Amino acid sequence: MLKFPIYLDNNATTPMDPRVLEAMLPYFTNHFGNAASRNHPFGWAAEEAVDYAREQIAALINCNPKELIFTSGATESDNLAIKGVFEMYASKGNHIITATTEHKAVLDTCKHIEKLGGQVTYLQVNSEGLIDLQELEAAITDKTILISIMYGNNEVGVVQPIREIGRIAKKHGVLFFSDATQAVGKIPVDVEADGIDLMAFSGHKMYGPKGVGALYVRRKNPRVKVTAQMDGGGHERGMRSGTLNVPGIVGLGKAAEICRLDMEADTARIVAMRDRLERELLQMEESYLNGNKESRLPHVSNISFKYVEGEGLMMGVKDIAVSSGSACTSASLEPSYVLKAMGMSDDLAHSSLRFGLSRFTTDEEVDYAISHVKEAVTKLRELSPLWEMFKEGIDLDSVEWAEH
Amino acid sequence: MAYSDKVIDHYSNPRNVGTLDKSKNNVGTGLVGAPECGDVMRLQIEVDQNQVITDAKFKTFGCGSAIASSSLATEWLKGKTVDEALAIDNMEIVEELALPPVKIHCSVLAEDAIKAAINDYRVKNGLEPLVEAKSHH
Ligand SMILES: Cc1ncc(COP(=O)(O)O)c(C=O)c1O
Ligand code: FES
Repeated sequence: MLKFPIYLDNNATTPMDPRVLEAMLPYFTNHFGNAASRNHPFGWAAEEAVDYAREQIAALINCNPKELIFTSGATESDNLAIKGVFEMYASKGNHIITATTEHKAVLDTCKHIEKLGGQVTYLQVNSEGLIDLQELEAAITDKTILISIMYGNNEVGVVQPIREIGRIAKKHGVLFFSDATQAVGKIPVDVEADGIDLMAFSGHKMYGPKGVGALYVRRKNPRVKVTAQMDGGGHERGMRSGTLNVPGIVGLGKAAEICRLDMEADTARIVAMRDRLERELLQMEESYLNGNKESRLPHVSNISFKYVEGEGLMMGVKDIAVSSGSACTSASLEPSYVLKAMGMSDDLAHSSLRFGLSRFTTDEEVDYAISHVKEAVTKLRELSPLWEMFKEGIDLDSVEWAEH
Repeated sequence: MAYSDKVIDHYSNPRNVGTLDKSKNNVGTGLVGAPECGDVMRLQIEVDQNQVITDAKFKTFGCGSAIASSSLATEWLKGKTVDEALAIDNMEIVEELALPPVKIHCSVLAEDAIKAAINDYRVKNGLEPLVEAKSHH
């Protein structure tokens, strides 16, 4: 039985796994203690639960449990990593390297750093969304303190060459921070093998709760520290004050454990569905897959349908919940800056859809999505003067459009 | 974004979708908007000897409100004289379709398309073009 709308926006957020909820529930009521209360069993139970979650998470990303700082989510982790390194290593330099396709939580933090007098290099990506390693290395100066490159992109799913970036960072004695919000729990992430010094991720992208996330901060080779961005009780080794969100952390831990145990089986199923969806939709004329086809996350597919407009398309596919490449919030449509950074024209960016699958997505849902999207695209093209012109062989770039 | 029932109705069952023979002298074609702005509207009218619009067709690349605005415009155009058609104001479309403020420009586009089609018809038939289509955006 299909339930509508079908949720295919799992890069925005995932539903929480019922097993995670079950693990969390006792920590709202019975075990409500403050993990920082050292004097009684209520505090001990909470602390024990937090420590257990640290182990569950550490096992997923191959770090030491002590290297995890709990936060409210990836946005906070991104801020803490970048601002925290900028402040802590001010005597070493003030230069940060990042890329134009990063999440806003990274890009806007970098803008903030620039206001504070920092220097930021924004690396371009190629048409497939990948950065150029030579460009990265060439951008490093003696003032560079941090490279901030995301693991997997949230819009197109492109996975950057993380290990090579880690190696370059190490070679030049620069710290490497990766926003791995879309990757952790979906593909094997190993901070040791990858050479990552700091890494952000979030519960609600990996079948855990919202409002909880973590920042991995390396303790050995090198020992990394970040300046706290909130003053207070000095929790989390002084790097992040505030009473720990015990139920959330328990949920993040459980989510991490399930991801570690089920990743292989989940991925096999999800990739099969993703590939089928892609194969079917790309059979349509003038539809294009966005982003590198090899180096990418298993659960996302971003496809442009030329000659149909994004918002009209969204209206036509109302039975499925997906994201579009345009954020039409006002009279001026803003095409996705990620697709634009990949060199895509505005109109193609506008007409893209992002499909995000999850461990709960079913074959029936994918079948429905395929026929629903095909139908909407076909209908809108019949309505589209651009499609008609294309079919007549008119070069749309040669048309003089009325001024606008 | 919640759409009104009328917008949804026009979007789901657009009226008068299609193409008229633009080489004919009594057919006026208006093409407005631009692909990179996310909306292109083509509206065509066929006019008889009495200056009455006997047929109207449209094709629109754009959001649901733009599709609905142009669909509605073709409905209104049929049977009107060219002069009556010139008097159609975008705010009437806004009202009829209950468009929210951010979608007003979709209706402006429809008004522009009507004026552009009439202009094309006038020029083809040796008449002065209209002074100025309402500018927008
Ligand atoms: C790559 C990336 N970074 C950061 C975030 C922000 O995460 P959170 O919602 O946990 O603050 C997201 C989610 O939108 C994301 O996809
Ligand atoms: S045509 Fe631009 S939002 Fe309607």
